[in-house]
Amino acid sequence: MSMIAIKQVSKSYGDFQVLKNCSTEVAKGEVVVVCGPSGSGKSTLIKTVNGLEPINQGEIVVDGTTVTDKATNLPQLRSRVGMVFQHFELFPHLSIAENLALAQMKVLKRSRAEALAKGAALLARVGLSAHADKFPGQLSGGQQQRVAIARALAMDPVVMLFDEPTSALDPEMVTEVLDVMVELANEGMTMMVVTHEMGFARKVANRVVFMDAGEVVEDADKEAFFAEPRSERARQFLSKILAH
Amino acid sequence: MFAGFDFDVIVRALPYLFLDGMAFTLTLTVLATLGGIVLGTLLALMRLSRFAVLSTFAASYVNLMRSLPLVLVIFWFYFLMPYVGQWVTGAANPVRVGPFWSSLVTFTLFEASYFCEIIRSGIQSVPRGQVMASQAMGMTTAQTMGYVILPQAFRNMLPILLTQTIVLFQDTSLVYVLSITDFLGAAAKVAQRDGRLLEMYLFAALVYFAISFTASFFVRRLQRRVAIVR
Repeated sequence: MSMIAIKQVSKSYGDFQVLKNCSTEVAKGEVVVVCGPSGSGKSTLIKTVNGLEPINQGEIVVDGTTVTDKATNLPQLRSRVGMVFQHFELFPHLSIAENLALAQMKVLKRSRAEALAKGAALLARVGLSAHADKFPGQLSGGQQQRVAIARALAMDPVVMLFDEPTSALDPEMVTEVLDVMVELANEGMTMMVVTHEMGFARKVANRVVFMDAGEVVEDADKEAFFAEPRSERARQFLSKILAH
Repeated sequence: MFAGFDFDVIVRALPYLFLDGMAFTLTLTVLATLGGIVLGTLLALMRLSRFAVLSTFAASYVNLMRSLPLVLVIFWFYFLMPYVGQWVTGAANPVRVGPFWSSLVTFTLFEASYFCEIIRSGIQSVPRGQVMASQAMGMTTAQTMGYVILPQAFRNMLPILLTQTIVLFQDTSLVYVLSITDFLGAAAKVAQRDGRLLEMYLFAALVYFAISFTASFFVRRLQRRVAIVR
């Protein structure tokens, strides 16, 4: 059963077409990595999944709910779809514990005690219990991103979206974030991940979607994609980023 | 030059100057600041709204207020409000508003336009990703504003909001034109009565300076304490 279905999605900013007739699917329990050169539209595509970016054409269905339907209650849908951003986007005026509790209380209407307890458990899981009372600005980038993942998990999402989660990190902090994501994948979480981390893709992805210039150029099983990409553009892309 | 100064005039007038005059000045400053911030926040949200009707209305209001001299607005409201009151309530005669309420409403409406612009830039200073992150967790537009954007906007803008309040504190002296006994009005009355213009106006200037300067100093200290670490 597909958790995310993206069907012939197109989007333009004025004359510039960011997404051209893109289609792909993420099945329940599957990990799909979306890669491609900068400006290929992969970040835009993942933001259309929870309606953060509106689209001009096509249809997106998440867990049985049509995102692109005007009648859809977007906040309610989004509360079940976790999202992690390139720049973490923790709330800088709130402590780590409050960052984790806010949406639980306001959106899911959990009690403060319940929200804090849930937050504390997830903080322990990402190995940051000692930092509950600190503010985001006092944490390193890697720690902030782990908190951001915990914050998304606190909403009990049915699927997690990652938009270049390691791109803004110093190299030595990439691993700690990827470790959390690998663990999540191994637990069976459905994940759609925009990333350049091909090591991560090789390790946990089921499928790889390769995008270029707003188009889904390749949508293949991981083994097939890495062994022998069908398109010339994907081959070039892989040879450039795997050369080192 | 100070040989002919009568400092005793000031000492004798102190209770009147502060208990009557300064009490009024501070009451007006505080109430107009609170009212101005509440109204200014609403105007800022309207200006940033997707709906053209709201944003055009707010923009027009702000531009109008900022293009008029404050004294003119004070006069205008003082003479106009009774008739507006009559029209709204349908009373037979112009409604007596009184100089205090008239000046409070005037300052609130006038300062709201300045607070609006401060708060608007404060809202815009919060990175767009914060809105996305809030929405991605299912928070509504109102929740996003209330719990995420405005708290950060106010922290970012607090020093400027308080500086505007200090300007407002000085501007309240313009109620003088309505013959209200604010601090400057009280000083002026004593000055006229006792024929001690130099002493009283010098003292008034010193008090305004001392209060504004001290307040500015604390604003700078506060600025360092509330700054958000990013």
